[in-house]
Amino acid sequence: MISIRETASISFRALMANKMRSALTMLGIIIGVTAVIMMFAIGSGANRQISERFSSMGSNMLIVRPGADQGPGGVRSGAVNTLTVEDAAAISSECPAVAYAAPTYGGGAQVVYGNQNWSTSITGTTPDYLFVQEWTVASGTIFTGQDVRSATKVCVIGQTIADNLFGNEDPLGKTIRVRNVPMIVVGVLGEIGANAMGRDQDDVILVPVTTAQRRLFSTSRTGSVSTIMVKARSAELLDAAQKQVESLLRMRHRIRPGNEDDFSVRNMAQMVENAKAATRTMTLLLTAVAGVSLLVGGIGIMNIMLVSVTERIREIGIRMALGAKKVDIRLQFLVEALILSLVGGTTGILLGTGGAMAVSGAFGWAVEISPFSIVLAFGFSGLVGIFFGYYPAWKASLLNPIDALRYE
Amino acid sequence: MAARQVVKIENVSKIYSLGDVQVEALKNVSFSVEEGEFLSVMGASGSGKSTLMNIIGCLDTPTSGDYFIEGRNVSGLSGDELADIRKHKIGFVFQGFNLLPRMSALENVKLPMLYNGVKPHDREGKAMEALEMVGLADRAHHQPQQLSGGQQQRVAIARALVNDASMILADEPTGNLDSRTSLDIMELFAELNRKLGRTVIQVTHEPEMASFSRRILTFRDGAILKDERESQV
Repeated sequence: MISIRETASISFRALMANKMRSALTMLGIIIGVTAVIMMFAIGSGANRQISERFSSMGSNMLIVRPGADQGPGGVRSGAVNTLTVEDAAAISSECPAVAYAAPTYGGGAQVVYGNQNWSTSITGTTPDYLFVQEWTVASGTIFTGQDVRSATKVCVIGQTIADNLFGNEDPLGKTIRVRNVPMIVVGVLGEIGANAMGRDQDDVILVPVTTAQRRLFSTSRTGSVSTIMVKARSAELLDAAQKQVESLLRMRHRIRPGNEDDFSVRNMAQMVENAKAATRTMTLLLTAVAGVSLLVGGIGIMNIMLVSVTERIREIGIRMALGAKKVDIRLQFLVEALILSLVGGTTGILLGTGGAMAVSGAFGWAVEISPFSIVLAFGFSGLVGIFFGYYPAWKASLLNPIDALRYE
Repeated sequence: MAARQVVKIENVSKIYSLGDVQVEALKNVSFSVEEGEFLSVMGASGSGKSTLMNIIGCLDTPTSGDYFIEGRNVSGLSGDELADIRKHKIGFVFQGFNLLPRMSALENVKLPMLYNGVKPHDREGKAMEALEMVGLADRAHHQPQQLSGGQQQRVAIARALVNDASMILADEPTGNLDSRTSLDIMELFAELNRKLGRTVIQVTHEPEMASFSRRILTFRDGAILKDERESQV
């Protein structure tokens, strides 16, 4: 048997003799591998982005909303007013697995300071909201429980508001008009950044929940809130906290056993899992489609190798007459197929990596090129070469030298 | 003094089955070739001379009988074992030259050494030496399509010489050449036989080409009709 290095050089020369054909044959593999690499990069990038953003929100968080959970696609009646500030206080004091609970109630509003105005969202809540969200106050203070009880007209503003309304001025102690209601700025939040949906969380004004209910967004059903944000004592206690919140609220709302909840509790960890699972499924689907094109590329290699064997029957006969063994002939054609698939695979990896980066640059998508996907793509294209190259190579090696030499 | 027997054919028969019909291409043939002989095998087409050449060239095996190369019985060997014999013992020269296209003359001559275990850095020198023997050293880097028919056949002869085979087996080596070039090629064979003592076995149907050899074996219907030797000088 002759050495692999010499076999490779014979195979390489044979491929170079038909450059156009070799390039076209590789194209199938190139497209397949490029697609696999790009799908993997975009999929795992999206996955990582989701976990990063959700984890910045805190994975030991529960969100309680009014109305029964209708499931995805169902109509969620956010208009149902079943949750109250007192529910939040009860959750906070009576559920042992809960660290903090804060109600929220608010909406969008126009804010004016001097000749500056800004459109933002107002969140009415309690001081515990800062602990639930793990936010900090950069200057001044958060409003107090007393402010909540007496619906004081005070507010804490986010960095975006401070920058846009006050510029270089110190906002503390200044009065801004929110929906024409004058409110005193008592604190400025530390910078937060964007949330999981990409929304600027610094573009926010916190006010006492009672102020929001009575003075800013008054409704007929006073006292109701739109969500209660709950923070469990730890990620491990999240499930326990969820059960405690559910049973407490059923009790407080006097829901009989067997009747549906009039609220729903969403578990952040589950939401992260759901979002990740959805991305994974999508990635898998797209990768499978890309994999099919890799398979088609492999069949292209087999096709061309079969043509190549037929064209070179005489060459095979000459080599056999000069002493080439079956294994030498088989190896020559197998290595040819392998070179096609591996060069195609490497090109595909480069193009896929470049393509993923281009996509990331053009659309701002998060992409992550994992060494695993590169190894996988390279290994898979090698396997395609061996699998689809073996049959033509084996056919070539079975030729009888007498017939092969006589072949025209 | 008896010279070494390169080829010894003993009661060799070859039967082909074509459907229900059995064709006996060789019928119980026996003869031997000694080292340094220049033998021509003649006969009409269908006389069995091509079958005999395939067997001598280890491209085919006899249905019955024994074939010894330098005393070793090779009649029952497998395909790969025959390939081993071919690469060490036999240098082929074909009617259609059978050089690989897109490879220089030198690379074509180097080809047998790829398979017979000569170290890569020894190949170039040996191949050049063989090309010099056939007078084509100055065409070493030409590709077959840039060479005339006679030159191509010389390259093929150099390729048959390069592995120091026990015999050069030429199958109608002048069949594709004009008469002038044919005579040149036969001169070359005669010279290789005379000066280098190479054993040459050729198949031909032209008496003029056979006349260069020192022994003529004539076949008819799968059997030896005549075995004529030139009177030794």
